[in-house]
Amino acid sequence: MVDILNLNLSEARRAVHSRELSAVELTEAYLEAIASNKSLNSFITVTDDKARQMAKAADERISRGSPLPMDGMPIGVKDLFCTQDTLTTAGSNILNSFVPNYESRVTANLWRDGAVMLGKTNMDEFAMGSANTTSHYGPVENPWRKKEDKNVKLVPGGSSGGSASATAARLALASTGTDTGGSIRQPASFCGIVGLKPTYGRCSRWGIVAFASSLDQAGPLTRTVRDSAIVLKSISGHDARDSTSANIKVPDFETALNGDVRGMRVGIPRQYRMEGMPDEIEHLWKNGINILKDAGATIVDIDLPHTKYALPTYYIIAPAEASSNLARYDGVRYGLRTADKTLEQMYEKTRSSGFGAEVKRRILIGTYVLSAGYYDAYYLKAQRVRALIKADFEDSFRSIDVLLTPTAPSDAFAIGANDDDPLKMYLNDIFTVPASLAGLPAVSVPAGLSKNSLPLGLQIIGKMFDEESILKVADVIETGAGFAAYPWREA
Amino acid sequence: MSLDISTVRRVAQLARIEIDEDQLNVTAEELNNIFSWIQQLEEVETGGVEPLASVTGHKLPMRPDSVSDGGYPEKVLDNAPDRAENFFAVPKVVE
Repeated sequence: MVDILNLNLSEARRAVHSRELSAVELTEAYLEAIASNKSLNSFITVTDDKARQMAKAADERISRGSPLPMDGMPIGVKDLFCTQDTLTTAGSNILNSFVPNYESRVTANLWRDGAVMLGKTNMDEFAMGSANTTSHYGPVENPWRKKEDKNVKLVPGGSSGGSASATAARLALASTGTDTGGSIRQPASFCGIVGLKPTYGRCSRWGIVAFASSLDQAGPLTRTVRDSAIVLKSISGHDARDSTSANIKVPDFETALNGDVRGMRVGIPRQYRMEGMPDEIEHLWKNGINILKDAGATIVDIDLPHTKYALPTYYIIAPAEASSNLARYDGVRYGLRTADKTLEQMYEKTRSSGFGAEVKRRILIGTYVLSAGYYDAYYLKAQRVRALIKADFEDSFRSIDVLLTPTAPSDAFAIGANDDDPLKMYLNDIFTVPASLAGLPAVSVPAGLSKNSLPLGLQIIGKMFDEESILKVADVIETGAGFAAYPWREA
Repeated sequence: MSLDISTVRRVAQLARIEIDEDQLNVTAEELNNIFSWIQQLEEVETGGVEPLASVTGHKLPMRPDSVSDGGYPEKVLDNAPDRAENFFAVPKVVE
């Protein structure tokens, strides 16, 4: 059984499509693994029956000799994607019984291609968090433990923490996530897997519960770079129902993985070398640089002068958009209602009992920066700095092909750490937020272990709609780093 | 620029989020910590820089202004906490 679960998506697809292994067997193995690892809390809802039906249908198509690209591949879906007739909570109490009667475009694409839905994965409430500790459905546990202290439960990162934990722990072959400021890449780094945030506009946002609409983007969490390319192809593409969806051709991302980075120019941004950066992160970064150098790439030191302003800019723009998007949760059309005498009191009671502390905090920040008298000083100022951050990237991409940086400033920390200090929690996204503000594609690939024997990721950032280059470089780092460690789990 | 209790009360009211009177202090302190960190943006020279609202660079697509979807009130009302006929029901607004 363990052998089946250790197959990555590319291997499992070969085995299932050549009928060495049935989709039903593969799916049953995953459902069993989910059932025996409930303590990780990586799923909010497990869709056993649906998974079995979908696997059976995949086996039938395969036996007729016409397999679909993702036929029989069991996938975890972040609970931010609306799934028809399946509870969709966004990790919030306010959506504790919301059952959509429509399907998000990204998940619809996966089912069109034959993938099997295992269930809905846990996440930070409304995708606001970097440790998966803000979920109404409880924190998610990282399947990894520190070498020296195996009793301490660690966070998987966030907000796509359930997706990352499930994929790393072999409870899903791959998962979908969403990334607004780092919510795919940071958990991928913490859990030792590959997490890719596509270019803004590459994947449709239709049917994804909105957090910050100018930043939100769906993407895959997988165990290998090749798997990332396969899932990305399935979920990408134009959708008229999302006005920001890009109407451009979706390449076959897998063909970019030819291992040839000779002559590619890789930028190393000086400003990402933060004060007090741990030696092990510095060392990981150097190691990544050496791998690419040895493979024939040219390393170029570059400047992104506004880097340090990215995080405060993000904490104006994202809460502003969130306060607007989350105004819809008023207890009238769907979701929780806490009854009261007047309409006004009902709104306030519903929202106070339905939202958790971090979500309320961000709604208040957003409401304040958009309120009369503060709009120019905060919101417009942040949008201007955002323009400068984007211009920094555009300048550097005139002379380089991709950027290489660390994904996160640390390895996974204990559940509960940083919970009392929002600012400290926000700093987790210091290396991932700039690319989000600029709309650029970026991928985190596991590249080494920390002193605690926990995974650490490197981030590759690319030009708009050049996911092929970041996948190509990530593939070379994956091979060069030879990351083969496996998460520790209780026997 | 620091947020006092009455500003926090007003912002919470605008956001339709009830905060207990004895929690207003704590909330104000939390928000002030965050805003004093955000304050560093003032260092950035942004004269003549256009605010960036969209990174795509493309114009929003146009479509005919016509009905292309709908006609299924049951689906729309499926998740309603309360309904009356084909309407969402709320507490009485006018006496």
